[in-house]
Amino acid sequence: MLSYTLRRLLGAVPTLFVIVTVAFFLVRFAPGGPFDLEQPLAPQVLENLRRAYRLDQPLYLQYLDYLGKLVRGDFGPSYVAIDFTVGEMLRRALPYSVTLGLSALVLAIIGGVAAGVFAALRQNSAADYSVMTVATVGVTVPNFVVAPVLQLVFGLMLGLLPLGGWGDGDLAHLVMPTVALALPQMAVIARLTRSSMIEALRADHIRTLRACGLPGHVVVRHALKGALLPVISYLGPAAAALVTGSVVIEKIFAIPGVGAYFVEGALNRDYTLVMGTVVTLAGFVVVFNLLVDLAYAALDPRVRYD
Amino acid sequence: MSRIRTFLCAVAALCAISAGAQAETVYHRGNAGDPKTLDAHQTSIDVEANILWDLLEGLVTYDEAGRIVPGAAESWTLSPDGTVYTFKLRANGKWSNGDPVRASDFVFSFRRIMDPQTAAKYASLHYPIKNAEKVNRGEMKPEELGVRAVDDLTVEITLERPTPYFLELLTHQTALPMHQASVERFGKDFVRPGNFVSNGAYSLAENVPGDHIKLVKNPHYWDAANVQTDVVMFYPTEDNAAAVRRFMAGELDTNYQFPIDQLPFLTEKLGDQVKTSPYLAIEYYAINNRKEPFSDPRVRRALAMAIDRDFLAEKIWSGAATPAYSLVPPGINGYTPAEADFAAMSQLDREDEARKLIEEAGYGPGGKPLKIEIRYNTNDAHKKVATAIADMWKEVLGAEVTLLNTDIKTHYAHLQNRGDFDVARAGWVGDYADAQNFLYLGLTGNAVGNYGQYSNPKYDELVKMSDATLDPAERARIMAEAEAVLLADMGLIPLLNRSSLHLVSDRVKGWAPNVRNVHRSRYISIDR
Repeated sequence: MLSYTLRRLLGAVPTLFVIVTVAFFLVRFAPGGPFDLEQPLAPQVLENLRRAYRLDQPLYLQYLDYLGKLVRGDFGPSYVAIDFTVGEMLRRALPYSVTLGLSALVLAIIGGVAAGVFAALRQNSAADYSVMTVATVGVTVPNFVVAPVLQLVFGLMLGLLPLGGWGDGDLAHLVMPTVALALPQMAVIARLTRSSMIEALRADHIRTLRACGLPGHVVVRHALKGALLPVISYLGPAAAALVTGSVVIEKIFAIPGVGAYFVEGALNRDYTLVMGTVVTLAGFVVVFNLLVDLAYAALDPRVRYD
Repeated sequence: MSRIRTFLCAVAALCAISAGAQAETVYHRGNAGDPKTLDAHQTSIDVEANILWDLLEGLVTYDEAGRIVPGAAESWTLSPDGTVYTFKLRANGKWSNGDPVRASDFVFSFRRIMDPQTAAKYASLHYPIKNAEKVNRGEMKPEELGVRAVDDLTVEITLERPTPYFLELLTHQTALPMHQASVERFGKDFVRPGNFVSNGAYSLAENVPGDHIKLVKNPHYWDAANVQTDVVMFYPTEDNAAAVRRFMAGELDTNYQFPIDQLPFLTEKLGDQVKTSPYLAIEYYAINNRKEPFSDPRVRRALAMAIDRDFLAEKIWSGAATPAYSLVPPGINGYTPAEADFAAMSQLDREDEARKLIEEAGYGPGGKPLKIEIRYNTNDAHKKVATAIADMWKEVLGAEVTLLNTDIKTHYAHLQNRGDFDVARAGWVGDYADAQNFLYLGLTGNAVGNYGQYSNPKYDELVKMSDATLDPAERARIMAEAEAVLLADMGLIPLLNRSSLHLVSDRVKGWAPNVRNVHRSRYISIDR
């Protein structure tokens, strides 16, 4: 198991290398640069800037320079938010996004799995249809609609919760963004759980258990173990996306996470920030996919990693 | 009885203590975005200036109505030939760490922004200072810059040539002083809380990017007795629709920017807490003066006249903008902008005239087809304006109009690198309150900002002449003459003057609208 984990992590290095390389050149092919502003810069000033940021050097030198620094864990300075290095920005903002993302993930898993199992056990009943209708609505209504509605109802009309900001990271500030972030995921998980649960309930080994007269909750527990596999494989990339922040939710609730960097970096042509976010996201995807595979081994006795 | 009295006294004392503890007033200020930096020499946008102006005070500053008043300097004189300013600093001027504000701090600052090593984006703004451009090019040493400390309290600034708008330039955030010792000691990190030494009404307590910037009152500030708010919390309210909700819930005392399409709703809901006021901002269409058929002034005039600006201002900008017939926005002291001659005509007459002009030029119905592509940067309002103008040009002139939108970086990179275009959306917000800052957009020598490559030697000559004229009234007259030349040629097409958009709670006192759109927290008080 340990050697498997190590092998997987080592195997991720070439993947990350390819991602870094593609991203590095791709972002530079986008027209315009970090210093093309609405108020144009004097040619002399632009030259000073390009020299200061070494943008005047050939691209391959810039690339090698970047790779060299990256290996040493240095993401370089941000071209736009110049008071900070990209490393500092990510280190500062990630805890907010990770806290929010993990809370949403936990809420989505508990709520989604419970709703899915509930619906599957009452397949084609009124309860099933109503749960699935709510889930479909959850998938289709985008969170930039859900979030303002939550703000209007619980913040403005009822005055129960603060509308924005992180506060001291207290629960009150966390409730609305967590719910808004979790709802669509919860809906997807509910739908996935329901369909795979229905399938699992029909499987031979479950039918055998039933025939042997085991109590309902034991049967459900065994069925759920198999039914969770598709949910888990969905959760890998979904979790990576959740913990690296949602630009929409973070903007609406004014949360200082990394979500905004993905958009700002690209729009500002802040090359190093784009690279930093790409590497971070790629890192999380690698780790979560590994966790998914390890979870598979725990849930499915047929899967072995030696 | 006496026991009751003692008890009452104790209660009264407790109340007094807790009232004292609560007396700290906090101003929650929505600032429309995060500063990219707090290094004044690297800043370029208004949300950065708003914070820096609270932290630092330049030689001159603004009052609440946006008028120039003495700042760190209590007085100044100008030599008869208009090239040497001598500023007397306040004897009681202090930095937030207690150090006196010295002339050498200003000298240090100006040398730093001009040093090519600093790579300051707005260095060129200060090129009127003697040798500034050469220093910035690396051809001279920073020590040769025309700024010198005569003694601890006297700053002397020598200019290349008379620059009538120089005091306006000094109000810009890039002219703010820096505390030499801390900048040298901490290098790039001098902007961090704990390192940042300020000479303004506030000092920097916390900076959590994306969340808030906390400023606290600077007890060493020379006018601290008149600063009424103890703490200013700046919030980067980038999602302005969400900021409106936070304002309505009372979480923000003021907020800069709100969605223009919400203006009617907000006015109904919030009454005069909604503040829209004209400021130095122009929306215009750059038009390619070097390309057929737009090289023909008649075509440019026809296109300009066919646009119904009242419709754009009222229907698309919901009244948060006013029709513009000049390049220079109204409101600059002592300057009356020249207007395009069709400003006084009715829209119907303008359209008739436009049809005539386009026919004379040989285009439109019966002539060569008039094909126009409008480029704009992705933005809801810009899109609606472009769609409306396309429709007007189609209706009135029979033009075939296509739209092309790109993100803002691509848009400006294309224009500044002289990419091919017909008509392109552009905007300009004055860096300082002087017509020169706008007229420069049409100069032949403006390599990057004159997108349409308009060129008229008479215009260039007049602008140059105005730069050398010291008498303010005469100078204003010459500048207006130049502006009239540009408008007669229709070298670019003015569309709208944008208004500044603020939400200001009834609790807030001391907030005044002004064309510079400057709002210092030190003038604000809050009734809780």
